[in-house]
Amino acid sequence: MSEICETRPPLPLGLARRGYTGTIQHLAAGGTTSSLPDVELESRLIELGFVEGARVEILHEGIVGRDPIAVRVDNITVAVRRREAMAVIVA
Amino acid sequence: MESPLLHLALVGTPNSGKTSLFNALTGSRQKVANYPGVTVERKEGAFVTPQGRQVSLVDLPGTYSLRGRSPDEEITRDFVLGRATGEVLPDLVLCVADSTNLRLTIRLLLELKSTGRPLALVLNMFDIAKRRGVTVDVAALSQALGVPVVTSIAVRKGGTDDLLQLTDQLLSQADAAAGDRANTWRPLTVPELRATQREADRIIAATVSLPERPDTWTARIDAVALHPVGGLFILLAILFVMFQAVFAWAQPLMQLLSAAFDALGGLVHDQLPEGLLQSFLQNGVISGVGSVIVFLPQIIIIFLFILLLEDFGYMARAAFLMDRIMGGAGLHGRAFIPLLSSFACAIPGIMATRVIDNRRDRLTTILIAPLMTCSARIPVYTLIISAFIPPTKVWGLVNLQGLVMFGLYAAGIVSALLVSFLVKFFLMRDYQPAPFMLELPDYKMPRLRGIAIGVYTRAKMFLQRAGTTIFAMMVLIWFLASFPQPPEGATEPAINYSLAAMIGQAIAPLLTPVGFNWQIAVALVPGMAAREVAVAALGTVYAIEGGKEAAEQIGQVLASKWSLATALALLAWYIFAPQCASTLAVIRRETGSWRWMAVTFVYMFALAYAAAFATYHIAVAMGAG
Repeated sequence: MSEICETRPPLPLGLARRGYTGTIQHLAAGGTTSSLPDVELESRLIELGFVEGARVEILHEGIVGRDPIAVRVDNITVAVRRREAMAVIVA
Repeated sequence: MESPLLHLALVGTPNSGKTSLFNALTGSRQKVANYPGVTVERKEGAFVTPQGRQVSLVDLPGTYSLRGRSPDEEITRDFVLGRATGEVLPDLVLCVADSTNLRLTIRLLLELKSTGRPLALVLNMFDIAKRRGVTVDVAALSQALGVPVVTSIAVRKGGTDDLLQLTDQLLSQADAAAGDRANTWRPLTVPELRATQREADRIIAATVSLPERPDTWTARIDAVALHPVGGLFILLAILFVMFQAVFAWAQPLMQLLSAAFDALGGLVHDQLPEGLLQSFLQNGVISGVGSVIVFLPQIIIIFLFILLLEDFGYMARAAFLMDRIMGGAGLHGRAFIPLLSSFACAIPGIMATRVIDNRRDRLTTILIAPLMTCSARIPVYTLIISAFIPPTKVWGLVNLQGLVMFGLYAAGIVSALLVSFLVKFFLMRDYQPAPFMLELPDYKMPRLRGIAIGVYTRAKMFLQRAGTTIFAMMVLIWFLASFPQPPEGATEPAINYSLAAMIGQAIAPLLTPVGFNWQIAVALVPGMAAREVAVAALGTVYAIEGGKEAAEQIGQVLASKWSLATALALLAWYIFAPQCASTLAVIRRETGSWRWMAVTFVYMFALAYAAAFATYHIAVAMGAG
């Protein structure tokens, strides 16, 4: 699976669809429209386990605009809005 | 010799099973209060260790770090650092982890180590972890972390024995080593945060082996429960059952309580001589407090549902499903259940806003909760609708009376959403909206003992409130309705000579533009006790014997004395009217400020006035005057 990930172009988790699986490459809090300051957003993401190398899978999507998303991050499930998930770069 | 009281604190991430461990250790010896000046729940309990140490245990709000990003998390940080006002530095900090999910807790524990407090890691729910195939090398983990580690199964008898033993052992060491380690904690920078998470992951990789597959039950349930369409249907079904329970199951109990209070009032009436004391006890104390306590069954049922769903792990899912739908109006997904509870009564609804951790979101929810049509409004609506609205069929199938009732409910919901929207844009513009970032915990069988304790403490809180703030309000309203006494040989009902009548007469000119006569104005004053009391008050003002029971009779009288426009204006008034002293008292308690109570009162009053004014004049213009 890791080979597949490395050949794919990186994309923000906020754009991925249900069923997507990948690995976190890095966090880029700067480019999001989240209301949180960059440092705060990045800290919160790390505290919920979004760190480089963690395996992610999008398990569920909300009904309005496919938002929010339920993401499996290693062995826990986290709900985030796509707006904040834009800070997580996966491949 | 009795040993000095020792202080322990439970720290852990949300969903770590902290509360069930707290319940297992302290049983029902718990006190729930608020921390001074903030709306954060402070849970304290007591227990005795096997060696006879008296321990006071505080269950601190769940947190992922010590950064203190919300008032709850600030409490946890300040408590652990000994900065919290009126709190002592804990002798021992127990960091609680869900054994099936160690990553986030181990990182928190590494941060906690820098506070210098004696510390131990409790691997809770160890049985579930074992069953799922998680194996932990406890000794190696303890060595790698440099803190004692103990396993526990909070929900099983004897499951905390090891923990109690370790507590004794650590406390005896803590006595000796007190003040040894200094507090070097400071907020972590992002690179440090990342580094601690890496360190945590490294330690876990070396000492814990995880199973290949995640919990299959959770995945299976979520496949249905979080389905974009199916999930909403399930949520609706759960809500339907909840509503049914609140209205149908609570009814017999409420009638029983109501009858008991009437009987008690009657007993007082018969035993005491006619006079002030009799009236005070019967009408002020017993019927006043009784009219609030009858809601106890509804409050118990609502909290039973809320706690069951929370314990099962469904609440976070409900928030997930409703987040965007509520988000359009500036509400957080978690506001859903409190608002729903407010259809029964705003008091439990406002109390249930404690599940919302962001202060702004919580305040908005509290502000709009009273707009949800509570069950106390139903008697008023029913009375006026049956007196003024003909039961004709509209389009051949819908009853006009039912349609009006539905319209009143819908008006409440729509205006609540509008108010929330306006609050978001005007009042709290600078306030940081909370992003929706939430762990969806694995499903767990609800633990009946913990739920029983939770319902019990909430019911106790409600009764304490009914016994203090609400009681004071009731006495005041009784006073207004009873003094001064009618003169000798008075022909009109006693209330017409009272302060309430004077207030009613005084405000009547203000209410004339909305079509209310002075009788309505007078009835609105005792109606402050609880909305449905206005029905009985109208009966009193129009000198009808029998009060509530004579609703049909009151209806006939009203139909002959009021115009349709007045009746409709009163309905519109009641959608918004801040006419419930107990709700205002609860808002004051929950927000910790008179200001928000005043804001609620003023804005609802303004809306009520505007709505009644518009309704009256439109109705008059259409010929219903």
